Amino acid sequence: MSRDHARPLVRAESIAKIYHGKGGTTAVFEDLWFSVHEGEFVCLIGHSGCGKTTILNILAGLDRSDAGTVLAGGTEIDGPSLDRAVIFQSHALLPWLTVLGNIAFAVRSRRPGWRRDKVLDHCRQFIDLVGLNGAEDKKPAQLSGGMRQRVGIARALAIEPKMLLMDEPFSALDALTRGMLQEEVLRICRETHQTVFMITHDIDEAILLADRIILMSNGPGAVIAEIVENPLPRDRTRHDVHHHPLYYATRNHLLDFLVNRSRDLAGTRHIDPRHPPVVRPASDWPAPVQSIPARALGNRTAG
Amino acid sequence: MAALSLGVRAAIASFVILAVFLAFWHLGTQGTGPGAAMDPEYAKLMGVTAVTGQSAMPGPGQVGIKLWEHLINPFYDNGPNDKGIGIQLAYSLARVLAGYALAVAVALPLGFAIGMSPLIYRALDPFIQVLRPISPLAWMPLALYTIKDSGLSAIFVIFICSVWPMLLNTAFGVATVRREWLNVARTLEVGRFRLAFAVILPAAAPTIMTGMRISISIAWLVIVAAEMLVGGTGIGYFVWNEWNNLSITNVIIAILAIGMVGMALDQTLGRIARLVTYPE
Ligand SMILES: Nc1ncnc2c1ncn2[C@@H]1O[C@H](COP(=O)(O)OP(=O)(O)OP(=O)(O)O)[C@@H](O)[C@H]1O
Ligand SMILES: [Mg+2]
Repeated sequence: MSRDHARPLVRAESIAKIYHGKGGTTAVFEDLWFSVHEGEFVCLIGHSGCGKTTILNILAGLDRSDAGTVLAGGTEIDGPSLDRAVIFQSHALLPWLTVLGNIAFAVRSRRPGWRRDKVLDHCRQFIDLVGLNGAEDKKPAQLSGGMRQRVGIARALAIEPKMLLMDEPFSALDALTRGMLQEEVLRICRETHQTVFMITHDIDEAILLADRIILMSNGPGAVIAEIVENPLPRDRTRHDVHHHPLYYATRNHLLDFLVNRSRDLAGTRHIDPRHPPVVRPASDWPAPVQSIPARALGNRTAG
Repeated sequence: MAALSLGVRAAIASFVILAVFLAFWHLGTQGTGPGAAMDPEYAKLMGVTAVTGQSAMPGPGQVGIKLWEHLINPFYDNGPNDKGIGIQLAYSLARVLAGYALAVAVALPLGFAIGMSPLIYRALDPFIQVLRPISPLAWMPLALYTIKDSGLSAIFVIFICSVWPMLLNTAFGVATVRREWLNVARTLEVGRFRLAFAVILPAAAPTIMTGMRISISIAWLVIVAAEMLVGGTGIGYFVWNEWNNLSITNVIIAILAIGMVGMALDQTLGRIARLVTYPE
């Protein structure tokens, strides 16, 4: 792939998170290596507690790695930066500000020199982008969960970051809203060539959005077990993604990982942490049907 | 009846309670007519109230008439021992507001520092723990001795009693600002000054206002006692003076006025608190 030649926007080198408790030290994860390239959409999948949020916070500069470094554009990350916007799982809007106020707060941080009306124009453009016209003057408490998350997305995009970090942004939403927001994120990221690093535990979300999917084994001692390259074409949409011949091969592969392999891989020594296996699901793969609960395959028989 | 709103029904109930209270008060102080036969010498000693059988306690009518007199002329000034109740209240309010303003000026910045820095918190905690439970009036002799001015001493006592709730609430509010809001500010590279005024202050404002509301109530409680001690002017002094004059009517009116002003102070801060409260 040409990716190997492209300079990574962000590169994690041997990062670790270690807690010292009464019962000795536990490494949530250790010696993780991965990178995110410009214009790429990377998803991180793993079971609850394996350290996904910790990784995202380290990339954001909100948390520190206990070993190794994270490089952003060649320089080491030593704190949060306006270049890396975070969309928080709990939306984290400031409740005393309106929708417009929340976005303007971010824009003023990015562009301290801008005049007031220029800031507001810029904000309105992004309110428009996420389809929140008419809600500018509402407070977060007056919005639905989906609308709040839209504000969070608009706030992150409005500072025009080099990279977007998302921590399970849609997990608290109902399926319908989630689908709509996924589509919008897909559209926006394509239009703006936005680089994204996103945590999810929704396989379908990952297949729809991601170019590459990083699979983490269970913690403690979690490792990057595998990196899956999405074989579906980049112009996929939520409605046609299921019809692609490779969709089920990819889906089953991810599902099999989450259901079976992630558990067995915890603390494994068989993987080179610098070069975890990269796989690209192919149509001639023997889908591991036997190992997948029938329930999870409902779509297949129905479709 | 069911058509009336809760507010209207509550108002009617309040009115009924007031009416019943006034009626009992009236009956209880009305007197029993000419007193029993009494040794004239003894009757003379006891004064007219004992002879007529009327209670020394004024009835609601008397208080009402006197109250009216105060209301139409609250600011008269006939020398040091005879000033209108309005003037006395104004003296007390001025002292409370001066001491309170000082307390705000000290408690908010200090509370911010304590809330933001675990080091400052730990360093100051022992002092706060010891100083806070001291009755504000216990400071009075020390204040009189060092400041040598009774008015300023009263202001100092107000300062010392209203500083603690504000200080502790500010520190608590600042220390417990939601982490995710701080993280938002950090990812936006918000500077320290803007962080304090645009994020932490509005986030902690409801808690701070709660402390300020508690403080103003305590200050108003304490000023009455402080003015009884230092004398001269103020509603506390007025109460004590009227007690020495045996004017129970004026004492009752002063009590009523203290309650009304205290309520107004509390409501004012309650209004402001509502302005800065945000729903989550
Ligand atoms: N102070 C601490 N001491 C010990 N362990 C901790 C501490 N804080 C977090 N952990 C552990 O770190 C691990 C990683 O937490 P993290 O929030 O990153 O998980 P996650 O993968 O995001 O999970 P989820 O999918 O539920 O959000 C968890 O297993 C947690 O138990
Ligand atoms: Mg998490």
